[in-house]
Amino acid sequence: MDSSVKIINEWDIVAARQLGRNVAKELGFGTVDQARITTAISELARNIYLYAGQGEITIEKVENGAKRGMTIISRDEGPGIPDLRKVMEDGFSTSGGLGAGLPGVKRLMDEFSIESTPGEGTLIQSVKWLR
Amino acid sequence: MRKKIFQYVQSHSDEILNEWIELMRAEADERAFQAMSDHMFTKTSSDFIELVKSNFSDSEEKFQERAVDFSENIVRLGWPLTMITEGLRVFSQIVEQGMQKSNVIDQVSYIDFTAEINNWMFPMYKTITEAYTTSWERTVSLQRIALQELSAPLIPVFDKISVMPLVGTIDTERAKQIMENLLEGVVSHRAEVVLIDITGVPVVDTMVAHHIIQAAEAVRLVGAKCTIVGIRPEIAQTIVNLGINLEEVTTTSTLKKGVEQALAMTSRQIVEVHE
Repeated sequence: MDSSVKIINEWDIVAARQLGRNVAKELGFGTVDQARITTAISELARNIYLYAGQGEITIEKVENGAKRGMTIISRDEGPGIPDLRKVMEDGFSTSGGLGAGLPGVKRLMDEFSIESTPGEGTLIQSVKWLR
Repeated sequence: MRKKIFQYVQSHSDEILNEWIELMRAEADERAFQAMSDHMFTKTSSDFIELVKSNFSDSEEKFQERAVDFSENIVRLGWPLTMITEGLRVFSQIVEQGMQKSNVIDQVSYIDFTAEINNWMFPMYKTITEAYTTSWERTVSLQRIALQELSAPLIPVFDKISVMPLVGTIDTERAKQIMENLLEGVVSHRAEVVLIDITGVPVVDTMVAHHIIQAAEAVRLVGAKCTIVGIRPEIAQTIVNLGINLEEVTTTSTLKKGVEQALAMTSRQIVEVHE
């Protein structure tokens, strides 16, 4: 089962977060992990809204042997990220923000991968496992 | 031809209504009708058929008026727009089949009939959809205003101490309001300490944190101190995970502790009275 939310305006961020929170609750994540997951979704969705204009957040349940968890996939066809190493550094921001977004998501989640091609878009996949 | 259709609709009014209700019920989007009782459904349906008929018998203005009334009603009931357009389609289908069956139209007059019923239906689609979307838009904008009104009040609780309780999601629009109300309020209430209570904020991400830090900094610039209160344990953990530096800002877990601290900062305390 997977479901996704299109991110077009600022309120879609809230919709994506709500979806993530519901799935996390259903899977039995505790309140702290629920907060981590919704915050991560919030960061990813806001990045789409701020930098790509529009894109999509997809939430999937995953299973790996005995482990269960959920994946957050953020996909956009925006301008892409020219220097991936740089955006993963704490404190780097092109918009005057705190620059904690992507490195923050990496710390909030258990697995994190990012692919980006300038001019084509960005795909970020991150997983949180149920403990 | 128009007259024939009208006569048919008028004289078979009940039949059409019953058939329409039956067909619509079958096609009905389950979701929309869970909340609606049978009685309500029947009543709204007959209102709808009446409305369609009034397009024949009444003047243009009167029909417009009815359409607007009806649309407001169904928006309130939560009928989706697709039900209405589907309803119109089903209605003309019933009339067509009925008239064919009772031999009011034959193959020759069928072309005439199609042209006439289209002429009749299309303006009606337009009017009803327009009225529907207008009522929807009004509802949304009213709610937006209502939301703005309860956005970010600054409440003086003691001399020199004010509290701003924040409940719900913080977006850019609201962040702006928080800043404005905060600074205006600090000056007009002559507050020395401001407590921003984020107990009711569901998610604190980097943007929200950034806005809070900026607000605290601005409050400092106008000569007051700012404390963030109501940081729930899970929020504390996500803030640490995100790596947000809140060292510059004083924080406490509850509003109660924040008030005590604020009183201490303004050299006061609450004491029990023994008589």
